[in-house]
Amino acid sequence: MKPAPFGYLAPRSREEALDALRRFGPEAKLLAGGQSLVPLLAMRLVRPSVLIDLNRVPDLAYVRPFRGGLAIGAMTRQRAVEADPLAADRIPLLREALRWVGHPQIRTRGTVGGSLAHADPSAELPAVAAALDARFVLASARGQRVVDAPRFFAGYLTTALEPDEMLVEVRLPALPAGAGWAFAEVARRHGDFALVGVAVVLGCDPDRRCTEARMAFTGVSHGPMRVVEAEQSLVGRRVTAAAAAETGRIAQAALEPHSDIHASAAYRRHVAGVLAARALEQAAARMQVPS
Amino acid sequence: MPLTQAEVRLRVNGIPVTRTVEVRRTLADFLREDLGLTGTHLGCEHGVCGACTVLLDGQAVRSCLLFAVQADGSEITTVEALGTPEALSPLQQAFMEHHALQCGFCTPGFLMSAHALLRDHPSPSDDEIREVLGGHLCRCTGYRAIFDAVRAAALPRQSA
Amino acid sequence: MGTRWFGEPVRRNEDPRLLTGRGTYVDDIQPPGLLHAAVLRSPHAHARIRRIDLRRAAAMPGVALVLTHADLPPTLQAPLPKLIPHPTLVHHKTQYALAPGKVRHVGEPVAFVVATSRYLAEDAAEAIEVDYDLLPPVADLEAAAAPGSPLVHEDMGTNVCAEYTQRVGDPDAAFARAPHIFRERFCMDRGTAASIETRGVVAIWDPRTRHLLIYDSTQAPIPIRNGLARLFDLPQHHVRVVAPDVGGGFGPKIMMFYPEEILVPLAAMRLGRPVKWIEDRRENFVATNQEREQIHDAEIAVDEEGRILAVRTRFLYDSGAYIPYGIIVPIVASTQLVGPYRIPNYECTFKAVFTNKVIVSPYRGAGRPTGCFVMERLIERVARELGLDRVEVRRRNLIQPDEFPYDTGLIFQDNAPLIYDSGNYPALLERALEMIGYRDWPARQAAARREGRLLGLGIALYVEGTGIGPYEGCRITVEPSGRIFAATSVGTQGQGHQTAFAQIIADALGVGVSDVVVTTGDSGAFGWGTGTFASRAAVVAGNAVGLAAQAVRQKTLTVAARLLEARPDDLELADGKVFVRGSPSRAVSLGDVAAAANPLRGTIPPEWEGPGLEASRYFAPPRGTYAAGCHAAILEIDPGTAAVRIHQYVVVHDCGKVINPLILEGQIQGGVAQGIGGAFYEKLVYDAEGQLLTQTFMDYLLPTIAEVPPVEIGHLETPSPLNPLGIKGAGEAGVIPVAALFASAIDDALGTRITEMPLSHSRLLDLLMRSPAAPTAEALGVAAVGDGP
Repeated sequence: MKPAPFGYLAPRSREEALDALRRFGPEAKLLAGGQSLVPLLAMRLVRPSVLIDLNRVPDLAYVRPFRGGLAIGAMTRQRAVEADPLAADRIPLLREALRWVGHPQIRTRGTVGGSLAHADPSAELPAVAAALDARFVLASARGQRVVDAPRFFAGYLTTALEPDEMLVEVRLPALPAGAGWAFAEVARRHGDFALVGVAVVLGCDPDRRCTEARMAFTGVSHGPMRVVEAEQSLVGRRVTAAAAAETGRIAQAALEPHSDIHASAAYRRHVAGVLAARALEQAAARMQVPS
Repeated sequence: MPLTQAEVRLRVNGIPVTRTVEVRRTLADFLREDLGLTGTHLGCEHGVCGACTVLLDGQAVRSCLLFAVQADGSEITTVEALGTPEALSPLQQAFMEHHALQCGFCTPGFLMSAHALLRDHPSPSDDEIREVLGGHLCRCTGYRAIFDAVRAAALPRQSA
Repeated sequence: MGTRWFGEPVRRNEDPRLLTGRGTYVDDIQPPGLLHAAVLRSPHAHARIRRIDLRRAAAMPGVALVLTHADLPPTLQAPLPKLIPHPTLVHHKTQYALAPGKVRHVGEPVAFVVATSRYLAEDAAEAIEVDYDLLPPVADLEAAAAPGSPLVHEDMGTNVCAEYTQRVGDPDAAFARAPHIFRERFCMDRGTAASIETRGVVAIWDPRTRHLLIYDSTQAPIPIRNGLARLFDLPQHHVRVVAPDVGGGFGPKIMMFYPEEILVPLAAMRLGRPVKWIEDRRENFVATNQEREQIHDAEIAVDEEGRILAVRTRFLYDSGAYIPYGIIVPIVASTQLVGPYRIPNYECTFKAVFTNKVIVSPYRGAGRPTGCFVMERLIERVARELGLDRVEVRRRNLIQPDEFPYDTGLIFQDNAPLIYDSGNYPALLERALEMIGYRDWPARQAAARREGRLLGLGIALYVEGTGIGPYEGCRITVEPSGRIFAATSVGTQGQGHQTAFAQIIADALGVGVSDVVVTTGDSGAFGWGTGTFASRAAVVAGNAVGLAAQAVRQKTLTVAARLLEARPDDLELADGKVFVRGSPSRAVSLGDVAAAANPLRGTIPPEWEGPGLEASRYFAPPRGTYAAGCHAAILEIDPGTAAVRIHQYVVVHDCGKVINPLILEGQIQGGVAQGIGGAFYEKLVYDAEGQLLTQTFMDYLLPTIAEVPPVEIGHLETPSPLNPLGIKGAGEAGVIPVAALFASAIDDALGTRITEMPLSHSRLLDLLMRSPAAPTAEALGVAAVGDGP
């Protein structure tokens, strides 16, 4: 299990990295934390002719305030976000979800941008990004563009990134007023990719009525999955146990998950509803009712 | 131009090392074969088992998921630096007292992760210990003795 | 004999090395000039090889040698040795060093490449071009046993290679008369041992002296030595096989021969350079033997009180593509199935069947987990059908303490009668029930149920045949330094033999455990023996160690008596000295006795029977000794997700006299962890084409600390009368009843009737939704959020 030969570039600046992508993009892979890519290289399932190592590019690892929310550099280690006080204060959902990502030793190397750009259909961070209405800053030698989550997550292990582009930052808008949030997941073992997971963000008015609901599933589709009709069903209502259960059932009905060796489609559909209901209740309990 | 070989300069267990390596060579193979530090073991080569865990600039990472070239300029710490058979570290001593190893193959990885944990959190909670040990597979012990050993090596927790 | 160390939780001699990265595993052997090998394996489960083109591979940088079947000497082109024949095994098909024109499972070796690095060897293996003509594969066990199936070995005309029946009493008559008969089909699927160290071989050939040195992560170095000597036509003393530190064995590391154990030495001899092959993890999933797959059609006949009148099982055993190890696993499964129960009439019949899957040989438990699952499930079925307490049904059928030795009437895997030598099964059960709180269980379960929580209590008992023959040996030498060296025939894979054996020796010679250096697994240090398997090393080698230690003690007393001018009977050994009882100043050190026993001049008396303080002894038990135990656990099942949490797990275990409780408890806790894996997490999934879909640790799920609870362990000691130390084996005990236990607990929680293992979240939810305990959607909505990470 040794990687096939490749050429190696370790750009020392963002410009060098983008230049390398311009020259080698279609035959190159970007190496971020390497926690997903290197196993694929070792198994020779991925064999780029050039590996562009982003670990020596400065200024890609940061957590900064951004319009009441956060801007996170693509090379920020997951463990760093987990420990970041600003992230904990503004978007506590991040920390809660990150603790489901692999193990501490994986998160020490694994990056936020790497996980998002890899877009594993059972990964936690894409669902969190989708539930947070994240926006993705994509850069290339041609310039920079910003796309939203539905456009970024284009399909199974596929994103909107062009061969010469790289993800440089993810922007997470501020949580809505009175926000409640939760992340729930079932994995075969702790630390495994999700069989099913769900990230929930709720906004509420002074009367505890839901002003906004966002629910993104992982493990049930080719990428993170928002179920709009389920979200809509909550708006204007109090998130009672009955409402949460009903929303879970709407989600169940709307999802068309797949079967694989780890779980059947029926399991995923059922558990998506159960977890949605549980996460909604927990999110509702965490609401900070605005006065 | 993309490199196929590169010179790396790093410190391993405090000793400066300079070598030319093929860029696809993993840090684990570099440590084991080029430097003869065979205490770091390979159990899966895809980042799950944790046997190859070393400290990269003090942080516990899988050395099978890093290329040696990436460690250029870094400080690597392996199990060989923790203690000697004649003078075990307190953590190693606790592993012995609690029978926290059987075949010993996964053990260096557990030691490196637990060492980093106790350095940063001298009195971790049980959950913190479990979270860190959860990143390692052991097929012999069933984990209980490993947990007990790490807890014994920690400083007592202050009662709240 | 003193009993200072025996029975004590002595810290291990091997630990300081292993804890500091100073162990020596096969991959740590790095002789100068070392070359590295890679194996090209079949990607197909069943195919003919039409053409192999090596030209591109052979021309690649760093490549030293490429071998296919055509390049092998005739002796190595033939099927590899048959290990354990049996009269009913009429088609004893064995594997090849390299596939001879046809492949029969994914992973079968097709070509062998040696290069200057493993990286380059893998590059070259990829460059070998192989054209295959695909043949229809058969992966499904039942399909393979059915007429008209594709044939794994065409010349047989069938895939059934053995059919074997054992019968005790008159089962037909008992079933004909019985008031109650219950039938069930039980399935257990495949798993793998997955030792964290994969297999590996290093071969060093000295062409001048024609000596071959092999480092092999095997559990059986001496039989490997013997076989290599024969295959390469070398004197046995020219071949030395060392199993150095071995990173876990659990059964599959004993197989003579894995192809690489032949190809690596062959390459080293051809090239005159050391060669290493280390199995990688993906290879381990298709190149190391697997186990567990069986389908039983079982029935039990009982009277009105639930007393067993007869049991019968007919089962299929999946052997994979070849059956080098013979029918040991199904024999063990069918004979150990009866467990601790009095079964007057019993019949077991199995068919061993070839499929286009990886070869099967024993993995920790070796058929017992399946047998235990079938028997314990039948017992619980009886209880349910007759409305009896499942514990009461067990009580009524347990063999009683006054019935030993108890002859089951069966023939065991060692071809000896299966006679339980000693035990106290009711005490095991009662102690476990007490530890798990069985008396209060109904109230506790009902209270949880009122909160919407699904809790179940499981119980399972088992008997484990351990310590079978033929023999093992040991040589002990006291050197003039006073240090004591022992060499044994068995290898060790983490069981602490270098400490347990040292304890036995230290007691006999009055020294500390760390004063005794035990060498294991080196055919150059001790050349007679079979290996570490079937929970036998401590029993068989341990007793050989005990006999040798007593012989050295006698010799020490004899020699010291002359030095101290005293009678041997008046001497004692302690603190590394021999002294006259009552006058400790009249003493001589062990080292000085050793020196005196090997004088440079003068004579040695005939009663010394030769020079030095040294003795070799063998122990050859007449038959196996039978350990037993009872596991009990409380499980909680999340009604919404079918996630399982283990609240409490207790084991009461009886392996006779305990040498080292620290090591024993480690064996049990570790065995339970593997059992939990086999019950809920670990499953090898083959598709219909015989492709293995679980070939990484991301898909084949070993339990982590999050899935394994601490086990509370209780000990019972009924010594074995079959060996001087009174010990029984303990290596496999932890794993055997776990599948049965999970089924018992889940049935108790959900009212299901589990008949297949392993389970998973997904399978358990299916069962849950169809069970009387299935919660309503509303109930799910209000249930608490599941466990956080």
